[in-house]
Amino acid sequence: MSTSFALQHKKNRLYYALLAGAGLVVLLALYAVDLMEEKGHIITGMNNQIVWGMPHVFAIFLIVAASGVLNVASIGSVFGKAIYKARAPLAGLLSIAMLAGGLAVLMLDLGRPERFMLPALDFNVTSVFAWNTILYSGMFGLVIAYLWSMMEKRMNVYSKPLGVAVFAWRFILTTGTGLIFAFLTARQAYGSAILPPMFVVMSFAWGMAVFHIVQMVIYAWNDKELEPEILERKKRLLGIFILGSLYMVVVYHMTNLYFAHRMSFERFILLDGGVYPALFWWGYVLIGNVLPLALIFMPGMKTKKSAMMASLAVVLGGFAFLYVFIIGGQAFPLELFPGYQVSSTFGDGQIGSYTPSIYEILLGFGGLAIAFIITTVSVHVLNFMPHDKSYIAD
Amino acid sequence: MKDVQRRNFLKTSVGLAAVTIAPGMLLFKVAHGESDDNSKVRWGMLIDTSGCTNGCRECIDACNKENGLSGGLAPTDSQWIRKIEIKDVSTGHEFGLPMMCQHCAEPPCVDVCPTGASFKRHDGIVLVDKHRCIGCRYCMMACPYKARSFVHEPLHNQNPDVPRGKGTVESCTMCVHRVDEGKQPACAEACPNKSILFGNLHDPNSEIAKKIRAVASTQVRADLNLNTGVRYQGI
Repeated sequence: MSTSFALQHKKNRLYYALLAGAGLVVLLALYAVDLMEEKGHIITGMNNQIVWGMPHVFAIFLIVAASGVLNVASIGSVFGKAIYKARAPLAGLLSIAMLAGGLAVLMLDLGRPERFMLPALDFNVTSVFAWNTILYSGMFGLVIAYLWSMMEKRMNVYSKPLGVAVFAWRFILTTGTGLIFAFLTARQAYGSAILPPMFVVMSFAWGMAVFHIVQMVIYAWNDKELEPEILERKKRLLGIFILGSLYMVVVYHMTNLYFAHRMSFERFILLDGGVYPALFWWGYVLIGNVLPLALIFMPGMKTKKSAMMASLAVVLGGFAFLYVFIIGGQAFPLELFPGYQVSSTFGDGQIGSYTPSIYEILLGFGGLAIAFIITTVSVHVLNFMPHDKSYIAD
Repeated sequence: MKDVQRRNFLKTSVGLAAVTIAPGMLLFKVAHGESDDNSKVRWGMLIDTSGCTNGCRECIDACNKENGLSGGLAPTDSQWIRKIEIKDVSTGHEFGLPMMCQHCAEPPCVDVCPTGASFKRHDGIVLVDKHRCIGCRYCMMACPYKARSFVHEPLHNQNPDVPRGKGTVESCTMCVHRVDEGKQPACAEACPNKSILFGNLHDPNSEIAKKIRAVASTQVRADLNLNTGVRYQGI
């Protein structure tokens, strides 16, 4: 008894230490924002060619994963699978936490963050950014209602329709995130109709990976054992999502390679663009795909450790992909005069240079820390632990 | 009795509302030009690249001076107008031209701006409302001409006619403050070879309209179908 009490005491202290650590990261991020406010974006690595940098990599990862993590809930409520249903509340919580973290980063990176409410007030109907303000706030509201319907017995009847609404909403939301880039017709890296579905499929993989990591930590924290059958099944599903998103990325690059006018961009991003091809092949393809697929599908890899490693690799690969996609996509110069060699004082015809500054990175980690705090506190005070009946395949 | 009181109250309210709103509406009308897209006025430029001599920076210097820009060339400095040196790789032919906001009739920056800070006046000039810009930089991503700059640092000694703001996006205003006074944009006035012809594209008798009818002119990235207000001759 006393040993278990001592252990509990130790855990409590660890819990508060973790919260304090995350709180410190948030404070550092706010300090970075304050400096950016005072001195301007000059203290970041962003410039007039690379206008979106590290904060956007973090923000978009968090927002896309926030949508994807709801897959777990959807499989439960829309398709009625029991083991997923038991995990729907945790998935909903993670979604809200990551959305909050991602949006905080996005808003605090604005040149005028104090005007963040303007898109809602001066709504421009043709702007996909403006649409997204509705999609993001709607998602918050819907997921909170969905969580309520699952956790409050009297609201249980609404759980199914709310689950279906969340299911539809998050598809539209991730489509909206993909459209931000799909509508940029003038840039070789973007302007493709495949981007929204690509983001949707990627969200499945990233969200599932985050879910795995959090679930495994929660089980370990509570000294509980996840049934190997459940773990195996979810691991395989992650594998399928990884394959699906890899397929979309291959098709995206293949279509670009087919268009003669985008060949030079593909050459840059896949072959001779320095850090970008390196991150693409080593970071995204090898760590983000080959490694987790091997960990998931190679015979004899049935341990919890392999599932954890595979999920972490998918998250790292996701960050690598977004860095290449967002920053590499802007580093390649806009083509104003196709077929001509151009130069100017404003970076025309030159590869844009970008070195992320510590302030941007702090802001990005601040977003992760916000998601961490929301998740940790909620799991501590409310009942988000999945409750499985004995596993029966359904 | 009550009815009369109510009627009087309504009359007074409507009158007061009209008095309050009317000046605003008037200002709105002024700010947005006088007429709609089929207006009699569409400001534009025709740039003769043959007169754009190597090493000449008169238009750039004039722009910087007029609009209070530092003239710095760092990647974080604003450049509303820049000179692009162009070389045809297959023939070796080289030429240069000034590049700035093309004042599109269908501006992508206006489409993507979440707050409507990027807007087009009815006389065709595309501007950024510094009070509504949140600094998201989506317009910079969307502009095919890389015409926009983001203010990365605090500003000092601004020109009162050309308000700018740290954390907001800006670009060539076609010297709207001069145009509204009946003057030419600074770059057009400064060009030693008179290669930048400014005028009303919608007035068939204007010099620019006549010249555009007579000579072959090009829109940069015409494939995007943006109907630019700035046209080039000799490319």
